Amino acid sequence: MATDTQASLREVWDWLSHVPDPEIPVISLTDLGIIRDVAWNDDTLVVTVTPTYTGCPATTAINFDIEKALRAKGIAKLELKRQISPAWTTDWMSAEGREKLRAYGIAPAIHGSASDGRTRARAKRMMGVNFTVPCPRCSSTHTTKVSQFGSTPCKASYRCDDCLEPFDYFKCI
Amino acid sequence: MPSLPDMNTPDVVELARNAASRSHHTEIPTPDTAEAAFVETLLRIGDSTLILGHRASEWCGHSPALEEDIALANVALDLIGQTQMWLGLAGEIEGKGRSADDLAYQRDAWEFRNLLLVERPNGDFGHTLMRQFLFDAFHFDLLKSLTASLDARVAEIAQKTAKEVAYHLERSSDLVIRLGDGTPESHRRMQNALDALWSYTGEMFVSDEKDAEVAARGLIPDPASLKGGWQQTVREVLNEAALIVPESAFAHKGGKRGVHTEHLGYILADMQFLQRAYPGSTW
Repeated sequence: MATDTQASLREVWDWLSHVPDPEIPVISLTDLGIIRDVAWNDDTLVVTVTPTYTGCPATTAINFDIEKALRAKGIAKLELKRQISPAWTTDWMSAEGREKLRAYGIAPAIHGSASDGRTRARAKRMMGVNFTVPCPRCSSTHTTKVSQFGSTPCKASYRCDDCLEPFDYFKCI
Repeated sequence: MPSLPDMNTPDVVELARNAASRSHHTEIPTPDTAEAAFVETLLRIGDSTLILGHRASEWCGHSPALEEDIALANVALDLIGQTQMWLGLAGEIEGKGRSADDLAYQRDAWEFRNLLLVERPNGDFGHTLMRQFLFDAFHFDLLKSLTASLDARVAEIAQKTAKEVAYHLERSSDLVIRLGDGTPESHRRMQNALDALWSYTGEMFVSDEKDAEVAARGLIPDPASLKGGWQQTVREVLNEAALIVPESAFAHKGGKRGVHTEHLGYILADMQFLQRAYPGSTW
């Protein structure tokens, strides 16, 4: 199936905003900020995607999902480009995406808290901005980090000391 | 009985290459001389992340606590992902059509260029953590330095992976401190691990003519230049962990030029089995 007229880029972005992340299906690929560019090169649609983490096993599934979604919309010629620079950052997650994460039970990344490899220095640096991760369920700020790496590399495991529920925190990177 | 060649003699790799060429039907490419040093030094990075990633993955399902099991598997995943980039680039620059997978699965032990530190057996959880910390502190500084590489591909990979490795270092430092300054038993185990692994850290900062060449070209920093920063990080954390830094400066060397301990062979036997038994199979 081929379209008679080329889909507008706005339409393509809209279609991609409905493709869910395979790991966290409540957010879309555009919420995640991994779609870096959409462009027509003659009659070929070029979609530029950046990986979240280099070892993220969802990368293959993401490419497959993009292709499936766009084919279903009648895109005949498609090229998926991988771009690693500039490196993906959680700063590119949309405000809407962060809210969806929170509602899903994952605390969204706290802006500016990316690790510089030095725990103590970071703790001091973050003191002025209250680097506590609020519980996504009860909003309590009495929370404790259980492990720097949670169910996936992009998340840390936390526990709420008030409602006692464990939760994932999407780390700032 | 004739004496066996000393494993530290530089020509041991040549001996192995000759032996392989007589017994092996596959041709082992050598890179163009112009880029030989660049390929070699990229393999030193990619092979170290590969072997450490494999070692960390060996804990999957065996860790002392579920959280640590998951954390180790995630660190392993990061390291294997980074390996794909480094070995992919090494293969690209080599120009002989070898992919990251080919390099990982189809080379023999003497063609690997990883540090001896990363092939040390996992031992207890303390050994695994200490090995990870000693490497993370080096790895993080190396990547930060590589972000200024004159080769844009190297700089891009370094910019991306340094952000991941920052979390590795944060985690391993944190745990070394908690266990070192923990119970008498955890302290004893961490000190044992440090004593056992210390002599494998010196190799990280040994420079040879290949390191000098890529450093002069502004591609990859001279390893010796990373020693001061590493020592500072390591001493800070170990002091806070109430651990005593060994005084010996003796360093086991050889991994970076293909002379390995017996442990690497067992890792490869495990890691490469499928591609050796069923070459080229995919799923």
